[in-house]
Amino acid sequence: MNIIAKLEKENLRQDLPQFQPGDTVRVSTRIKEGDKERVQIFEGVIIRLSGSGLRKTFTVRKISYGVGVERILPLHSPTIAKIEIVMRGKVRRAKLYYLRDLTGRKARLEEDEAFGLAAAKS
Amino acid sequence: MNGLLGRKIGMTQIFDDESNQVPVTVIQAGPCVVTQTKSLAKEGYDAIQIGFEEVPEKKNYRLTKPYIGHFKKKGLKPFKHLKEFRVKGLQFQVGQVFNLSPFKVGDYVDVIGISKGKGFQGVIKRHGKHGGPASHGSTLHRSTGSIGQRTSPGEVFKNMKLPGHMGVDRVTVRHLKVVKLRPEENLLFVRGAVPGANSDLLVVQNRAVDFEKRLSAGVEKEEKK
Repeated sequence: MNIIAKLEKENLRQDLPQFQPGDTVRVSTRIKEGDKERVQIFEGVIIRLSGSGLRKTFTVRKISYGVGVERILPLHSPTIAKIEIVMRGKVRRAKLYYLRDLTGRKARLEEDEAFGLAAAKS
Repeated sequence: MNGLLGRKIGMTQIFDDESNQVPVTVIQAGPCVVTQTKSLAKEGYDAIQIGFEEVPEKKNYRLTKPYIGHFKKKGLKPFKHLKEFRVKGLQFQVGQVFNLSPFKVGDYVDVIGISKGKGFQGVIKRHGKHGGPASHGSTLHRSTGSIGQRTSPGEVFKNMKLPGHMGVDRVTVRHLKVVKLRPEENLLFVRGAVPGANSDLLVVQNRAVDFEKRLSAGVEKEEKK
């Protein structure tokens, strides 16, 4: 294994759930305001995973007051307190950029029920 | 004496204490061994020569006899790379080893390397000229433009910025911050980019004012042992 991969592996976070594009997730991020620290929640659909190793990032998209908002978050950053998978969507692409052009009912993803059942069983 | 030879391993990022993403270049620096000392009396100036990376015995046939002899005379193995550093008032011995131990997190270093070759490039990439308009009847897109006046001066001045070979130059990047150290693996993490491709040879020079003091302190400690 090359040295960079080895160094990155040491700092990878193992405590986060496995998710994929199409999943609706609730991400809790730690935000520092002066001396205080608080947790902010951002809920939306994963439209992209990018990069590898320690540099992996994911993009979460949501509609906030009728405006599309996307946040790109570093997956292995210590600022991410928690990620919860709300729903696994049925998608056929790795990058869901087409959601940007859709609004309302059309922008919703169908739920992958197989995943929901497996989660309910465990 | 404030430098080491090393190799560029590659770039990655780390998260600092405030959870900021910091882009870093990983450099494998040292260990370097003193292969020759030069003195004012004998060579006319004070300097030491350091070697980096031993040549494996199998590959010795690639070296010239005089090159092997240079090391054999001192009971050392041949090194792939040699570099000379001027020294002031410090004593060094042949066979002495330098590594990252006198380096500290927060130091600033200068890194010297050979930039990646870019081939024959035009003036826009090579010198940052602006080029001409893309359309509206223009035929001067990425070309050089005027390179002089008329009968007077009647010549193209030297050092005119023209297309030509770019890259494979010696480049120094100054004032890079050391953000992390792993002395046991000879790894040095500096903030930002350094010249050259991964696995290229680099010279790392520490700019700390008290670096020579730290170095000599280390030498004395070893002698006491």
